[in-house]
Amino acid sequence: MKIEKAILATVTRSVAKAPVGANIFVCDSEEEMDGVAADLEAILDGIAHKLSNGVYIIVKH
Amino acid sequence: MNEYTISILFGVIAGTLARIYMFRTDYRQYPTYPHGMIIHLALGFIAASLGSLVVPSIMEQEFTAVTFLTLAASQFREVRNMERKTLTEMDSLELVPRGASYIEGIAVTFEGRNYLVIFISFVTSFAYLAINLWAGLVAALLAFLVARKYMTGSKLGKIAIIEQKEVTFDGAGLYVDNIYIMNIGIPARQQEILQHGLGFTISPKNFDARMTIGNLGQRQAILHDLAISLGVYRDSGTPALVPLIKRDLDDGRIGVFILPQNKNVDLAMKVISQVPTLENAIRMPTETKEKGSDES
Repeated sequence: MKIEKAILATVTRSVAKAPVGANIFVCDSEEEMDGVAADLEAILDGIAHKLSNGVYIIVKH
Repeated sequence: MNEYTISILFGVIAGTLARIYMFRTDYRQYPTYPHGMIIHLALGFIAASLGSLVVPSIMEQEFTAVTFLTLAASQFREVRNMERKTLTEMDSLELVPRGASYIEGIAVTFEGRNYLVIFISFVTSFAYLAINLWAGLVAALLAFLVARKYMTGSKLGKIAIIEQKEVTFDGAGLYVDNIYIMNIGIPARQQEILQHGLGFTISPKNFDARMTIGNLGQRQAILHDLAISLGVYRDSGTPALVPLIKRDLDDGRIGVFILPQNKNVDLAMKVISQVPTLENAIRMPTETKEKGSDES
């Protein structure tokens, strides 16, 4: 089976909210999260999606 | 020189001229100039020769000679394969790909036009041999008009209404009108999209059109044509800036989201209405209904 979408990284302020199995980046503030997510998006060629609980996931489509 | 030489030459010239006329190198830049063009001119010439040979061979009672038309068929099917293969390989290098359906449409067109050339040459040489030179000219003109009618397909503007709609964000969700497009997380990215993005909705005029514009290949063709005409604000490795089309499940409208380099709304609307409706995407669900009710 070909996996079409994969979570490459997670940016969050609370480890408890992060999914198991992805690379987790813990940040202290919203601004830091925005910055880290933007960096990761550029590096990983993925899209930074924001979940309704405020967690960013970087997804490869 | 024998009695058929002039008729064959006449058919070949008519067919080849018709093929030249059928070349429309426009915004698609296809066939590529000059070598792609030469290949197809040569093939058009071969097709014209085959078409104009049919009548003389029948008149000479060489009926088996007509079997060379089957050779022509396999030859031109090969043309379709060649076009499909080249375009598919090139497609992965496009910023906004054409999509398989659009490629198939182009490949089929190339094959079909060679058959049109055979038809024109056949009719022309037939009229020349059966009547005279002037009849041949008239026949060439008529065949040419018939070919022109079958050469161009329908356009999207005929089956759907195109409107410009605002691009908005609801939280991280990107919307065109009320159609959800995708989730964009980073605020800076959202600003970029609001600044550069254009949104359109395409509403089908009837139920058949609803199926046609819902086709994924048709949607990709719209995006490709838009990207070619207006440019596209993206690079490789920026999937967040990919133009997208999503569908409203309730009424079959589709929402087009694109980040053009040239933010010209009028031009964009014109381009969308000129997008060809792909042969492979056309569906006629209403035809089924009518037949079903007749039988029951």
